[in-house]
Amino acid sequence: MLRGDARFTADMALPNMLHMALLRSEHGHARITGIDTARAQQMPGVVRVVTGADLADKLMPLPCIWIPGGVESHFPPHPFGVPGAGPVLAQGKVRYIGDAVAAVVAETAHQAHDAIQSIRVDYELLPVVTEPQDALAEGAPQLHEAVKNNLNAYWTCGDRQGTDTAISSAEVAVELDLYNQRTINSPIEPRAALGDYDPTTEEYTLYASTQSPHNHRFLLAELVLGIPLNKLRVVAPSVGGSFGTKGYLYPDMPLVLYLAKELRRPVKWVDSRNGLMRSTVQGRDHRQHVTLAGDRDGRITALRCTSYANLGAYPSTIGPGVATALMGRSITGPYAIPHAFCEVYATFTNTVPLGAQRGSGRAEATYLMERLIDLYAQKVGLDPAAVRLRNMVAPDRFPYDNGLGWTYDSGDYATALNLALQHSDYAGIETARSEARERGKLLGIGIGSFVAICGVGPSTRMSQEGMLGGTWESANIRVHPSGEVAVTIGSKSTGQSHETTFAQIAADALGVDVASVKVFQSDTDRTPYGQGTYGSRSYSVGGPAVHLAAGRVIAKMRAAAAHAFGVDESAVEYADGAFSVVGGQQKPKAFNDIAMALWYGWNLAPGMEPSIDVTTFFDPPDFNYPFGSHVAVVEVDEATGQIELVKYVAVNDTGPVGNPLVVDGQIEGSILHGVGQALMEEARYDAQGHLLTDDLRTYAIPRATDAPFFVLDRTVTPSPHNPLGVKGAGEIATVPAAAAVSNAVCNALASFGIRHVGMPITAEKIWAALHEGTPASASQSTPGVPVGNP
Amino acid sequence: MRTSFRVNGQPVSSEVEPRVLLVDMLRDELGSTGTKVGCDTGQCGSCVVHLNGVSTKSCEVLAVQAGGADVTTIEGVSANGDLHPLQEALWVRHGVQCGFCTPGMVMSLLDLLAHSSSPTEAEIRSWLAGNLCRCTGYHSVVRAVQDLVASSEAIRTAGGGER
Repeated sequence: MLRGDARFTADMALPNMLHMALLRSEHGHARITGIDTARAQQMPGVVRVVTGADLADKLMPLPCIWIPGGVESHFPPHPFGVPGAGPVLAQGKVRYIGDAVAAVVAETAHQAHDAIQSIRVDYELLPVVTEPQDALAEGAPQLHEAVKNNLNAYWTCGDRQGTDTAISSAEVAVELDLYNQRTINSPIEPRAALGDYDPTTEEYTLYASTQSPHNHRFLLAELVLGIPLNKLRVVAPSVGGSFGTKGYLYPDMPLVLYLAKELRRPVKWVDSRNGLMRSTVQGRDHRQHVTLAGDRDGRITALRCTSYANLGAYPSTIGPGVATALMGRSITGPYAIPHAFCEVYATFTNTVPLGAQRGSGRAEATYLMERLIDLYAQKVGLDPAAVRLRNMVAPDRFPYDNGLGWTYDSGDYATALNLALQHSDYAGIETARSEARERGKLLGIGIGSFVAICGVGPSTRMSQEGMLGGTWESANIRVHPSGEVAVTIGSKSTGQSHETTFAQIAADALGVDVASVKVFQSDTDRTPYGQGTYGSRSYSVGGPAVHLAAGRVIAKMRAAAAHAFGVDESAVEYADGAFSVVGGQQKPKAFNDIAMALWYGWNLAPGMEPSIDVTTFFDPPDFNYPFGSHVAVVEVDEATGQIELVKYVAVNDTGPVGNPLVVDGQIEGSILHGVGQALMEEARYDAQGHLLTDDLRTYAIPRATDAPFFVLDRTVTPSPHNPLGVKGAGEIATVPAAAAVSNAVCNALASFGIRHVGMPITAEKIWAALHEGTPASASQSTPGVPVGNP
Repeated sequence: MRTSFRVNGQPVSSEVEPRVLLVDMLRDELGSTGTKVGCDTGQCGSCVVHLNGVSTKSCEVLAVQAGGADVTTIEGVSANGDLHPLQEALWVRHGVQCGFCTPGMVMSLLDLLAHSSSPTEAEIRSWLAGNLCRCTGYHSVVRAVQDLVASSEAIRTAGGGER
């Protein structure tokens, strides 16, 4: 990678390869009354032009595999009766500005893009709706025939009646209207797909930037192409970041495969940044009314959330599940709250389909909880840290049922918060505040405490949550006669260093040098099954599979050694890379000696198979729940509204840490995602459904100058739900970051009577709140206004 | 139009359309795919190369504009197989996660180090503002440069000369 030799999909070239370009809709909602491709067909280098009409009976629609669990839900149709997620190319109608309308295949990418410009599409414009509440209203434009009132599902969890009663009888209640704004994940590598077809074997190969090769193979073969699973291989070369976006099926994937077969030549498609912004799944986007109630002593009694979740124009592959269970069941965070209830209206609108963004669901939940607890502390006149400590689930209450569906596995939430307070010099903050004031700066400090459900998950439980598929992982370990080890895993790194961490798990369990272990991933023909890298699950679900496989390897080698020594297995010990007889005089046998003996197979114990090749599966008994507390310190320039993040402390507990460099790298990166959401990121649509933030000039993501070094620390509480005790790590630090930064800004502005500023908290919003006397309590962004505070 | 220049010391010459960007010529014509394309608008910095020794976004230069120039890409940095000390520092510090922005980062930072032997944290961050990374939070990248600067200073102090 450092030498530029890592191969990403866009870097690949196959002999005789063609290039595909996609024509996307220019309208948020329109009927297609005609498509004229005649001119495009005549353009230089053009080999084929296809539209939805050409594919109607060739490719099935994409499927949706994570639906709101346990409730009635409505989806576009799919011929297999599974929930549909929209056609590969638009069929008579476009529903958002990224809808693919036609594809051109040409000799060069330039030629394909040129020809796209020559396709004429006649549209009859339809009314557009971009906001869930508008979409649910009577008379709203209807996106899908099969979905009445654009409502995918009304989903609830918790105790509605008890919560309402507790709120109405509470001593204190605080309410807030929040907009957890839509974000664009923005991995630096735009997606790409390269399809190949071998007419001799009738086999397809898809090279694509995917974080779930096995899943995509299954779904594409069975539910989109309608071909035998054995005829499709999916390979994920290096993947340039994903953060949730590359675990989805996209139209380009079946298209390049279909066209490669039709044209008998490989077909490659590489997205542009603009295309990514318009069509790769986006994140967050909940409009919420939230209420927290408690007594005057700072004890929380109830929490209630009504959320309008914007699913976009189609359900993405797993979007509806993310918007409901992952958010709703998480709203109480690390606190023991006697009564809680959440309802979600999962709604279709004329916007880019919603998916996961790093920390998805849990970040939205944490934001609402952490904003409310600060407002509550303010109202009862208590310190926000003290209120948190008073309400956190105590260490002796695990496993803890949060009343919304999650059972927290283990933790010591207060210790993590206290550690974060120490690191941030919370006690000395008033001194710092006065000192900053003298410089014309308003200093604010904010806490974000969190629990993040990770390690998806027990397959049976996930089926109840609406997941249409298993969620276990598997691993294979093969010990070569040389004693070298090949570890093959089903999950796929998109930058999380699986090559390193999975090798370490195997090396530790096998007692061998990590340099002798090689990790294989990415290729469905070469790896055991796995469900993909998402929800911070690879290390805590795939890792145990490696660990268990290594245990079986050692067990077999111990038996082989016992046979060679002529003793009982129980007399053989394995230490320092060698098997020996306890208290015996015989010369120890090294790991590679036993490996070689098993490979030769000349003198095996009765019934023992030669060689060492073990595959294991791990389906966890329950999820795991990493947690922690973050503290942000900001300085707001009173004159300009400019915000500087001056300090950020993050104490996380991900259970035992395999590789601290890797885990801290994940933490640092994911904090900055949350900081981005708090301070600068927002996908904005106008009333016609045009995306106003469709490149990196109009959609800001954090730069190196936007944050200081973060102060990291950890506590270590093992999870009882896997043999390594590990918990998810990849995305957890995003979960509290936006809340911590928002709380810090609101804390800085509190003395001005400013109660809440919606994200992204820009200088303009603050300036307006400070200078124009317009409290920025409304966090609604107004469609049609590209920047600033409405 | 014909354009001729040197890439990592090797002369190259090609007939290209005037609209072809330097990055596209490097990647598509010359197979130097270490230089990446991450955006369409000159924001992300994944395509940074050295044009006559100066770090330049190769998506903002037409191939024909590079005529006669010396172009260095990531492939030219460790052409002899050994990692450059900057690459090694990034490796040690885990300054690489997905690796997509890394070539551009390396090319930008080499230019910084060529001009400033002991940049401050603020200077390093400011220099990197044209290179977007979504994985690392920039931490380990900035730390790697600081490590490298510190070790270079240590060597200089010990009379070992510049690395």
